[in-house]
Amino acid sequence: MVAHLLSLKWRLLLNGFKRSPAQLIGMAIGLLYALGIVVLLIGALIVLRWADAEIAHTVVVLGGAAALLGWAVVPLLASAADMTLDPARFTTSAIPPRQLLTGLALAGFIGIPGLATALTALATVGTWWRSFPAVAGALLGAILGALTCIVLSKVVTTATAGLASSRRFKDVSSLVFFIPLMLMGPIIVGIVDGVRGTADYLPALARTVSWTPLGAAWSLGGDLEAGDVASAGLKLLIAVATVSGLLLCWQVLLQHALVTPPYAGGSAKKGGKRGLFDVLPGTPAGAVAARALIYWMKDPRYAGSLVVVPLFPVIFFFSGSQSGDYGMLMLLGPLTAFVMAWSICADVSYDNTAFALHLASGVRGVDDRLGRAIACLSISLPLVLLFSIGPFFFTGAWAWAPNLIGLSLGTLFTGLGLSSVISARYNIAVPLPGDSPFKKPPGNVAQTLAVQMIGMGVLVLLLLPQLALMGAQLFTGSVVPGWINLVVGPLVGIALFIVGVRLGGKWLDARGPEMFAQLSVNR
Amino acid sequence: MTEPRHEPLSQPSHTRQPAPQQSAVEPGLSADPHTDLPASALSIRGLAKRFGGKIAVDGVSLEVPVGSFYGMVGPNGAGKTTTLSMATGLLRPDFGTALVHGVDVWARPLEAKKLMGVLPDGVRLFDRLTGEQLVTYAGLLRGMDRDVVRPRVSELLAALDLEADAGSLVVDYSAGMTKKIALASALIHAPRLLVLDEPFESVDPVSAANIRGILESYVSSGGTVIVSSHVMDLVQRMCSHVAVVAAGRVLAAGSVDEVRNGSTLEERFVQLVGGGHRTEGLEWLRTF
Repeated sequence: MVAHLLSLKWRLLLNGFKRSPAQLIGMAIGLLYALGIVVLLIGALIVLRWADAEIAHTVVVLGGAAALLGWAVVPLLASAADMTLDPARFTTSAIPPRQLLTGLALAGFIGIPGLATALTALATVGTWWRSFPAVAGALLGAILGALTCIVLSKVVTTATAGLASSRRFKDVSSLVFFIPLMLMGPIIVGIVDGVRGTADYLPALARTVSWTPLGAAWSLGGDLEAGDVASAGLKLLIAVATVSGLLLCWQVLLQHALVTPPYAGGSAKKGGKRGLFDVLPGTPAGAVAARALIYWMKDPRYAGSLVVVPLFPVIFFFSGSQSGDYGMLMLLGPLTAFVMAWSICADVSYDNTAFALHLASGVRGVDDRLGRAIACLSISLPLVLLFSIGPFFFTGAWAWAPNLIGLSLGTLFTGLGLSSVISARYNIAVPLPGDSPFKKPPGNVAQTLAVQMIGMGVLVLLLLPQLALMGAQLFTGSVVPGWINLVVGPLVGIALFIVGVRLGGKWLDARGPEMFAQLSVNR
Repeated sequence: MTEPRHEPLSQPSHTRQPAPQQSAVEPGLSADPHTDLPASALSIRGLAKRFGGKIAVDGVSLEVPVGSFYGMVGPNGAGKTTTLSMATGLLRPDFGTALVHGVDVWARPLEAKKLMGVLPDGVRLFDRLTGEQLVTYAGLLRGMDRDVVRPRVSELLAALDLEADAGSLVVDYSAGMTKKIALASALIHAPRLLVLDEPFESVDPVSAANIRGILESYVSSGGTVIVSSHVMDLVQRMCSHVAVVAAGRVLAAGSVDEVRNGSTLEERFVQLVGGGHRTEGLEWLRTF
């Protein structure tokens, strides 16, 4: 039975490669990326072989503890738990619990993250290739540690399966995950600073952690190298107790989960609130705008871009405080305008097959385009104005204000027009409705990249006159080009916006069924 | 829409008289120069579609008379959904075309779509809207006036037993409720032709009876319905006409009595489609 489960997982992994050449390329890129990281880590661990034993011990213990924490937290936050062998699917198969448990635990190693963890853990044997007891201890520790990673993640995901299947939790957690990712730069700098200040403290921390379930297994090699057999014995006990305790927890949770399928129902709510549909004009374009605005608020895939934008000033401000030059802050406006305008170039792809309603209702392409663009505009215009004027209160370089405000507004309108054309014609690989914004999207990633690159090239071409006006002020120092940009930018932008909406509408009218056929491929 | 025809929803009808009202429903349209077969609400002409190497629909032609309740039955993969998608403007056919009350779906799509209410199978809905918002959205997309949409939405939700959940997000609905809210979105503009792909799938018996009541009164007041289904019994009881489709072709079409020709529709279907060897094999299943 265990072998069956393992071969099932292996088969599922292989079949993942069989779907389409584009998908194969996408997976190959992911695989290369993972392989690169693993090779780097293994190399580093082997180099540690020649380092001071205390440093090696500190690195291995803290790294291992971090890996364990990662296995517990990431699947939860990223809604990316590996559910290919979801225990719920074996409910009716009557597999003995012990065999199911063993099979699922071992199957956890088949897959990119599991394999990467196992290989990296085994590389610690290389680190302790100093004496026989150390090698034996490291090998035992690596096996126990890697197994603990897998089982811990299973315990966490099984325990929170009910919670994680609720829509609200998924929506919120996928957004919360965004914030540390965006702030990665400042966080890393902060940690590096902190570590630099407290470098002496780290070995002590590692010694403490090595007595906890998080680090016990990873400490075996180091302790045996130092000849501290008593500590190693105790830590082995801790590590074994951790794995068995977790296995027991998992078994109890699994048995409970198998007989209580998750219930994802909410309470019934009476109607009467049509929200934005009562506020915006009761025309097709107004209805599309109302629907799109509701999605901006309620669909995490849209809300994701809204969460990112307020983080820009934080990052710019931080990098400014590092260099002492806050000039970068002035780029906030154009950058925000670009990100917001570009966010709707996958709008129809986000609809997925729900687009059938537009197609079957015979909505005119222009109404469809205009509604979506206006929804985005009503959110992004205030944001762009705020972010293009706000920095000058801080930097005081008001001579640049007209030029940058003009450029921001021009970018926003031109970008919206271009997005309206792109999303009418090209299907872009995006996460499916209800999926996490981070989930690897199904579909043709190569085409998506090509469309995005060419689209951005066209946007730069369209913005060339405005960029030239920026350059003119930079070289002459005169304010005149700035004032020209303040007038010309929005005017040209609005003209291009109208052209984009009309052209996109025309294309959508002509090729709606073809667009829908492309959307139906990934559902 | 100019003709407010939502009244029939509120009066449940138990009788069905398909033929007699045909002439009353077609004022003006018979004078349309594009109309060559005014008696057909939907005229499917030689539709064909190939997906890669597989021919999904192989020259399907059907005439759906005005005021008929038309059933389309066939085994899984027979091409029912593909045919209906091509007839409603969702999928461009390789050959052939479809006419809705004489309007060519592929030559004048916006006009033809105004006449149709469509319930496609296997597509998502805008499910981050509440049920009420979704139906309102469908109405407004059709260019209807907000004051007309509002009462129709409440009436539709009441008729489909969805009042209690009108304010819940569609993403939290059960499969049957999702089907019903999609049906409401197809009915909101009082179309002259309803094209429903698997409307009874995963709908509970009480709601199914309600939906049947709504559709029957709609037909009796002159509307036309075409449904696809593989529940033979339901089609035999409910429909006035039926087409049997298999492997992308029409095997038989006409009034239900003509097609079943004395036997039950299910027997006739199995006879037409083949594969009715029920008692052979599986002996081990009786040995325990």
